[in-house]
Amino acid sequence: MFDWLREMLTYSFIARALLVGLIVSLAAALLGVSLVLKRYSMIGDGLSHVGFGALAVAMALGAAPLAFTIPVVVLAALLLLRLSESSKIKGDAAIGMIATAALALGVMVLSMARGANADISSYLFGSVLVMSREDVILSLLLGGAVLVLFILFYRRIFTVTFDEAFARATGLPAGLYNTLIAVLTAITIVLGMRLMGAMLISSLIIFPALTAMRLCKSFLAVTLTAALVSLVSFFTGMSLSYLLATPAGASVVLVNAAFFLLFSLAARLKNRVRAGS
Amino acid sequence: MPLISVKNAAFAYDGQVVLSGVSFDVQTGDYLCVVGENGSGKSTLMKGLLRLVNPVRGSVTLNSDLAQDEIGYLPQQNLTQRDFPASVREVVESGIRGRRLFLSRQDRQLAQEKMKLLEIEHLAQRSFMELSGGQRQRVLLARALCATRKLLLLDEPTAGLDPVVARELYKTIEAINHEQGIAIIMVTHDVHTAALFASHILHLQQTPLFYGAPDEYLNTYHGQCFAGGVCDV
Repeated sequence: MFDWLREMLTYSFIARALLVGLIVSLAAALLGVSLVLKRYSMIGDGLSHVGFGALAVAMALGAAPLAFTIPVVVLAALLLLRLSESSKIKGDAAIGMIATAALALGVMVLSMARGANADISSYLFGSVLVMSREDVILSLLLGGAVLVLFILFYRRIFTVTFDEAFARATGLPAGLYNTLIAVLTAITIVLGMRLMGAMLISSLIIFPALTAMRLCKSFLAVTLTAALVSLVSFFTGMSLSYLLATPAGASVVLVNAAFFLLFSLAARLKNRVRAGS
Repeated sequence: MPLISVKNAAFAYDGQVVLSGVSFDVQTGDYLCVVGENGSGKSTLMKGLLRLVNPVRGSVTLNSDLAQDEIGYLPQQNLTQRDFPASVREVVESGIRGRRLFLSRQDRQLAQEKMKLLEIEHLAQRSFMELSGGQRQRVLLARALCATRKLLLLDEPTAGLDPVVARELYKTIEAINHEQGIAIIMVTHDVHTAALFASHILHLQQTPLFYGAPDEYLNTYHGQCFAGGVCDV
């Protein structure tokens, strides 16, 4: 019955993509809970666009893709965070501006460097073919670091996410934790971007958190459920993509969307049962 | 030595001085109510006391025994928390400070005691967003008490509560002040209650109009005016 699974894993590029994808899905889901609750989901979306632009420039320059893109996106994360915290500038509009400008730059650089549209499509919507051995090692190291930092600072991340005013007033450096989350998000997005596509990667941040919030009422339950939903969605999406020959990134996003609908339906039923009893 | 000592402090916002000439001391066990209209500088003073903004003139000095992470704070109600998935226990425990990354058994014990004190033990597993306004404030008060043994800062704690629930909350705050000896600094619109419970009243209108005992305050022009009498400010 699981012959297809064994068969799928014999393709080393799929095995690599699965490994990287699962760790990215997990990290994105954990960070996503905090980002969505702080109304920062736009940052994730903006960063993926900046990532696309940076990746295109790295390709054109012949630089190592991750080594070039990660610092650029981390810097962009710090900038976007400041923009969304600032009350003077319209933060969401500013993020939209930077994101589309970076996207346009990426498209321009790619078309000048290669003149091939097929490549642009794989950057925008992802490809399972791109992971090298070095990419896998770097992804595992950085993804692992994201997970460890999240677990170590879980309590403080909750405190800052729930009530920044209280956190600051009682001596917690809230700005530092916001920065930590933004930097970890930037790294996670870059790691997952080539696999999922620049247009689709932010779904890994947004969907699991929102799905978990349909049913769960405590932060811990939301966090754990989001992590589980994200892992299951990614694995299911990749498997469907292999079995049905559909695009990997889009398959994962649609499975995530299906889970969201399922959880929403379950929440409705639960409310109705409660109202009826 | 006072817990907090404010000496001729002035605060600015965007380069504009919004509050000036403020001086007062808060001692252990004091109960100070800060009253005044909207825009009178109450919130700015609160931020100054929390050391989130520095005075442009004068000084705000904390007692050397009072570290920044020993001030309990109940912020103004915040709309985003109304749809935040968190259990009551999670919220209360988030008040615990200290260097440790994870909670110890004593920490959990402390949170449990504060929940008992505020009579919300039975709500521990409930979702914070499903609570009533009064219950929510009790949860946030328990969280603030986890953070301090000496000083509580409360920003409009009864805003939006119905009068009966507000009264219960005031009684609880008074009990905390009396029985635990925790000093209270409270920003409020409610002068009558302030006069009933406070040991000191500070009336702000960009600058202090009055600072002293409640019964004195009610005899002043500003006190009578703000407490609902006829006046022509």
